[in-house]
Amino acid sequence: MNDQKTYTVSIYTENNIGLLNRISAIFQRRHINIESLSASESEIDDVFRFTLVVKVTEEQIRKIIGQIERQVEVIKAYYHTDEETIFTESALFKIKSDLLFEERQIQNIIKESNARIVTVNKEFFVLEKSGRRAEIELVYRELKPFGIMQFVRSGRIAVTKTEMPISSLLSSIGNQEETAFAKA
Amino acid sequence: MEEQATILEKTTKTQTMSGSEAIIHCLLAEGVDLIYGYPGGAIMPMYDELYKFQDKLQHVLTRHEQGATHAAQGYARATGKVGVAVATSGPGATNLITGIADAQIDSTPMVCITGQVASHLLGSDAFQETDIIGISTPVTKWNYQITKASEIPEVLAKAFYIANSGRPGPVLIDITKDAQFGELDFAYAKCNYIRSYTPVPDVNEVALQQAAALINNAKKPMIVWGQGVILGKAEAEFKAVIEKAGIPSAWTILGLSAIPTSHPLNIGMVGMHGNYAPNVLTNECDVLIAIGMRFDDRVTGNLATYAKQAKVIHFEIDPAEVNKNVKADIAVLGDAKESLHKLLPLLKENTHPRWLQKFKDLYKVEYDKIIVNDLTPTKEGLTMGEVLHHINKATEGNAIIVSDVGQHQMIACRYAKFNKSKSNITSGGLGTMGFALPAAIGAKMGAPEREVVAIIGDGGYQMTIQELGTIFQSEVPVKIVVLNNEFLGMVRQWQQLFFEKRYASTELKNPDFIKIAQGYNIEAQRVIKREELADAVTKMIASKDSFFLEVMVEKEDNVFPMIPTGASVADIRLE
Repeated sequence: MNDQKTYTVSIYTENNIGLLNRISAIFQRRHINIESLSASESEIDDVFRFTLVVKVTEEQIRKIIGQIERQVEVIKAYYHTDEETIFTESALFKIKSDLLFEERQIQNIIKESNARIVTVNKEFFVLEKSGRRAEIELVYRELKPFGIMQFVRSGRIAVTKTEMPISSLLSSIGNQEETAFAKA
Repeated sequence: MEEQATILEKTTKTQTMSGSEAIIHCLLAEGVDLIYGYPGGAIMPMYDELYKFQDKLQHVLTRHEQGATHAAQGYARATGKVGVAVATSGPGATNLITGIADAQIDSTPMVCITGQVASHLLGSDAFQETDIIGISTPVTKWNYQITKASEIPEVLAKAFYIANSGRPGPVLIDITKDAQFGELDFAYAKCNYIRSYTPVPDVNEVALQQAAALINNAKKPMIVWGQGVILGKAEAEFKAVIEKAGIPSAWTILGLSAIPTSHPLNIGMVGMHGNYAPNVLTNECDVLIAIGMRFDDRVTGNLATYAKQAKVIHFEIDPAEVNKNVKADIAVLGDAKESLHKLLPLLKENTHPRWLQKFKDLYKVEYDKIIVNDLTPTKEGLTMGEVLHHINKATEGNAIIVSDVGQHQMIACRYAKFNKSKSNITSGGLGTMGFALPAAIGAKMGAPEREVVAIIGDGGYQMTIQELGTIFQSEVPVKIVVLNNEFLGMVRQWQQLFFEKRYASTELKNPDFIKIAQGYNIEAQRVIKREELADAVTKMIASKDSFFLEVMVEKEDNVFPMIPTGASVADIRLE
């Protein structure tokens, strides 16, 4: 298991209730932990995109991609290494407002980390920090001693450095569809 | 045919009807005339329509929903058509799961329709509500919950298309009670396209040419074929290929019967209890050609020592199977029929007499050591093999043999003779005890012109014995053979070989099976002595009605050859 690596899996799908269950079951069945997961629209109308992060061997991920693509409503799935992607995560910190004014150190942390204040009110303020996991963890460690009321971090979202061939694939499918209709 | 055309015509025009009536029209439009099922609260609207349409669509009441799925599977395997099973919500639906899982792993086309509580009750823990979509997800090719009547035609059209295209599999459609009661403007169009779904990958001509070159230059080629040949209706193309190239060909348990067992290039079964020659020579061939099979662990034994010397060519419809267990040097994706049709002209005519002789020599070893004693024993106790031997004589290889799971299954598959494809029906991948009796019902109803013989152990028989009631009520003339060793024989065999004869919970105290069969008005006979066997089998096969034959066989016989778990195919044991 030494050759395990972090892979970002991008899955383009039809939008369907239950599909997430179908995909996550593929990992669960093989006793693989999904480290993070996010779901969103994609660059293509009516096509949904799941982004997952898993730590597995390349052989494992290759087979898993095959299993994912077998699912009827999956259009295409890809896997990429960290080097092949631009990726980020986002975190929110909810902190007592008085600290913002009483603790100068907090202001420094905010400034140095390029974190953004989302909202401030009498009781609390919310800090948003996007970036690599290590950057977010650094902010977390620095703020921790002052007291964090709430903390949450999102799953990874990622785009690939090279072109994702999904658009050309879909347009070729679209052409086929037109031909199919023409035939009918 | 004419009638179906009228139905199609009728259904393409829009008309207002209830969801449950629409379900029936969808089934009729898909050519379904026989379904298996069990009624209950949430599926009652559909059953009410089944009552009205009983002259067009026969519903067979099984005695348990699992029986309905296995019957649908047996029907599908005997006909190549989609089997249909119906159940109510909750326990009705969960009882389908074993059959669905079996159909998934054995690539059997099946559509299951389940009733569901009304949509406003979903998630409220209503009476007989269960999340069957969630439960069935990992064991279905596709599933979908219909909550509006208007969805019914499109979703059912997709269900049938998905179930029986590409690599077939089970589809479950869950329909809420309000969707069955609701009204819709009905029009039916068959589905033949889904954007995200590529059922059959295109055949790569370059890969095909590379495969042909490798085959043409091979000195010791060997084919292992699987159910893909049968599912792809590629039997004729397959036979033409092996005959032209003169390649010894072995089968997986689900590939059996694709070509006649008597074919001179048919070298027998691979795998754990397969034949000696093809297992040993898997590790000696120079080119291994896998066609429509998936290198199951029961076939390969230890992968680290499996066919390492050989170049591997894999003909396969499912891309996820390529390089899953065995690395292919050349993968030819696509439908077996098309691939083999295109391969044929690229092959040169060839024979490999010395190589083929090796298989014959090793067969002789197996014959002398095992087969002769199985088929024509001289010891006192009856063997399972001799029962098969007599069944072969009586049916002349023309019957459909439906086997359950265990020792008798291995014996049935090893020794049954087949002349026609789609004749061997058994639970391969899942190993579902209780499969055979209901599957035999489906097979007989799907192929009523054929003799159907179920071969079952005394353990598996009792898992679905209630389906005798279906045979009784629906008058299905299947022949049932129980090979009774009063043990869960295969588990006992493993306990003997690997657990120092600690027979934990494998000995069975059985009821009087004859009385049980007679209770269902099925003619029954028990054979204890060898002298009675031939006549009893002849009588059974000659019977026009269902017949139950119990044969008391040797209690502690073992099935050999055997590749112990984790061993190499070349280390197959003869004793």
